[in-house]
Amino acid sequence: MHNQPVDTNNFHTHISAKRKWFELNLKEVWRYRDLIVLFTKRTFAVTYKQTILGPAWIFLNPLISSLIYAFVFGGIAGIGTDGIPSILFYLCSNAVWIFFSTCVTQNATTFTANAAVYGKVYFPRLATPISNVLSSIIQFGIQMVLVLMFMIYYLVKGQVHPNWGAWALIPLVLLHLGMMGLSFGIIISSMTTKYRDLSILVTFGVSLWMYITPIVYPMSSVGDGLMKTIFMINPVTPAVELLRYAVLGQGSVHWGFYGLSCGLTAVLFLFGVMIFNRVEKTFMDTV
Amino acid sequence: MENKTKNRPIAIQLSGVKKMYKLGQIGGGTLTADLQSWWARVRGREDPNTKIGTDQRLIGKTFMALNGIDLTIYKGEALGIIGTNGAGKSTLLKLLSRVTAPTEGEIDINGRITSMLEVGTGFNGEMTGRENVYLNGAILGMTKAEIDAKMDQIIEFSEVGDFIDTPVKRYSSGMYVKLAFSVAAHLDSEIMIMDEVLAVGDMKFQRKCLGRMGDAAGTEGRTVLYVSHNMNTIRQLCTRCVVLNQGKIIYDGDVEEAIGIYMQNEIRDLSKDIDLTSLKHVLKSPDVCMERFTFTNPSGPMLQQRERFSFQIRIRSKCCMNDMRMRGMIFFADDTPVAMATTKLGDMNIVPGSNMFSGEINVSNLAPGAYHVKLALYCTNEYGGEQLFDVIEHAAHFTITDTRVVNGMAWNHPRWGRTSLDDILITGTEYT
Repeated sequence: MHNQPVDTNNFHTHISAKRKWFELNLKEVWRYRDLIVLFTKRTFAVTYKQTILGPAWIFLNPLISSLIYAFVFGGIAGIGTDGIPSILFYLCSNAVWIFFSTCVTQNATTFTANAAVYGKVYFPRLATPISNVLSSIIQFGIQMVLVLMFMIYYLVKGQVHPNWGAWALIPLVLLHLGMMGLSFGIIISSMTTKYRDLSILVTFGVSLWMYITPIVYPMSSVGDGLMKTIFMINPVTPAVELLRYAVLGQGSVHWGFYGLSCGLTAVLFLFGVMIFNRVEKTFMDTV
Repeated sequence: MENKTKNRPIAIQLSGVKKMYKLGQIGGGTLTADLQSWWARVRGREDPNTKIGTDQRLIGKTFMALNGIDLTIYKGEALGIIGTNGAGKSTLLKLLSRVTAPTEGEIDINGRITSMLEVGTGFNGEMTGRENVYLNGAILGMTKAEIDAKMDQIIEFSEVGDFIDTPVKRYSSGMYVKLAFSVAAHLDSEIMIMDEVLAVGDMKFQRKCLGRMGDAAGTEGRTVLYVSHNMNTIRQLCTRCVVLNQGKIIYDGDVEEAIGIYMQNEIRDLSKDIDLTSLKHVLKSPDVCMERFTFTNPSGPMLQQRERFSFQIRIRSKCCMNDMRMRGMIFFADDTPVAMATTKLGDMNIVPGSNMFSGEINVSNLAPGAYHVKLALYCTNEYGGEQLFDVIEHAAHFTITDTRVVNGMAWNHPRWGRTSLDDILITGTEYT
């Protein structure tokens, strides 16, 4: 202390039995930003250690699954891709979906998976979900490199016409989907500290969710009218559509539904943070 | 104590802190269990998911782990917290380190807190020592810049040396713990909370850790909260000590006095008269069983060194047995076997009904410490085989107090074992 005078008033903590309904201490989260970065690094460092192919798996995974989608849905089922080269279409859709679904599934186990650490030391618990979203964004970025490589090939062949101007919206879409995934994830994880049943549903539910989202098929194949409205109410759909509109120049943007999805995300986020804060205080007693 | 510290700034203040744990419905985990409980309540039956236990702090289906704690800790103090298992020490530390929230009351903390409820929290085996230092430091609340500045010190203190860039899963457990401790020990936080973490590493490293902790409280002026069952480290480290019992503070002040109160409290639990029927019988025949064990020597289960104890045992039987024998197996407090003694053949003749035997066990060569006895009733047949009738583990507990302390040296169990032989007799002297 003598060599590093610290004004202790800066770090006053008040713990009370009375709980606030909503508490989003962003200042504290910011103070732990290095931790968030390190958590993100850990995700990558640990996943690919002691594998022969190493980080190549980040490419191989979506590439193989996109090839299979192209074969099953494009080839066997004969679902069109609105004139977009099918491999490019599936790579792009896949990247978005993997981004969203990992946000949900990883965050859905926040409390149970980190119980050992949470039980021993305090740090803003939101650091974990935030770092999960960050690592998903990085993974998405890497997959986009793959998309770009194919894109260059098809651009040269003149088979794809991206809306370059709309590329500026990609960060917005990521933020939007990231927040939505995080919200769903932390709501589920808050609810699974007591009832584990829900955690079984998550993986299953998310994989079903993919089929009601235009991932393996374009929105145009859904048709018009009521069916389309129902599909567009799914909050993931407008975001996926916007992204594909920008990257592949396919489909159209429905700003109304997009706004609805944003509104829903905001509500989910507020609710998520609220329930997360309530649970984080005492979940160690019930986990 | 009060006068000395009155004007010092307060580091931690607790007022009326209570922590309640729910029994019974604590997350069985599934909705089914909760539905079961609910259905049982509806029908007025007993909740099938209730945990069974008896404690004064049990109120209905809740348990008060902390029952109204008021405590002010001043800056620069090294406060020891002692108490028997379940007294609420860990709960208190959990509340202070914000792992869980209090049910009632307020806690104010001035300064950053580092809790070392465990060393190496968040260590990942796949990552190298250096990576883990960064991660662990960040978890404990340091920024990357702070860790960078301390990195060399941490590596040097940990004695890990060149292994710092090796994945920690290849570390020996000693290296792992040393590195983990080093990170925590180099934090710049104003308040440190430690829960028996010093019980790790080799003797040399433990001394080094203690020194470091002493510095933190002494020269660096940090506030240290230390929980331990090891009274020696409490003595070395703390300037003030709190004794917790059943969720309440029963003493606050001088370290030596606190240790005395804690020891007394612990020994008071030893009973002289033991109802063996309420204990778990490892093996039990329907015909013969031990019912009651009583210490009949004046000091009861609290022996002085070189003392032997006498006892009475009541055995209920349904038949006649002339060759019954009893074996007493003595274990040290940590459950390691120490010694065995048995009755002579023919000394215990059992008749139907209640049999009372008086006897004596010579434990005068046992080293000071806490022991328990496992009792077994058995018969041997003519071929040397034996038949067990009744076996009770932890049947009786007793302690032997060190009265022969020479030069303030307590019995050193790890070095000298559990047997204290009679004094060496010098039988001849020759000077040339």
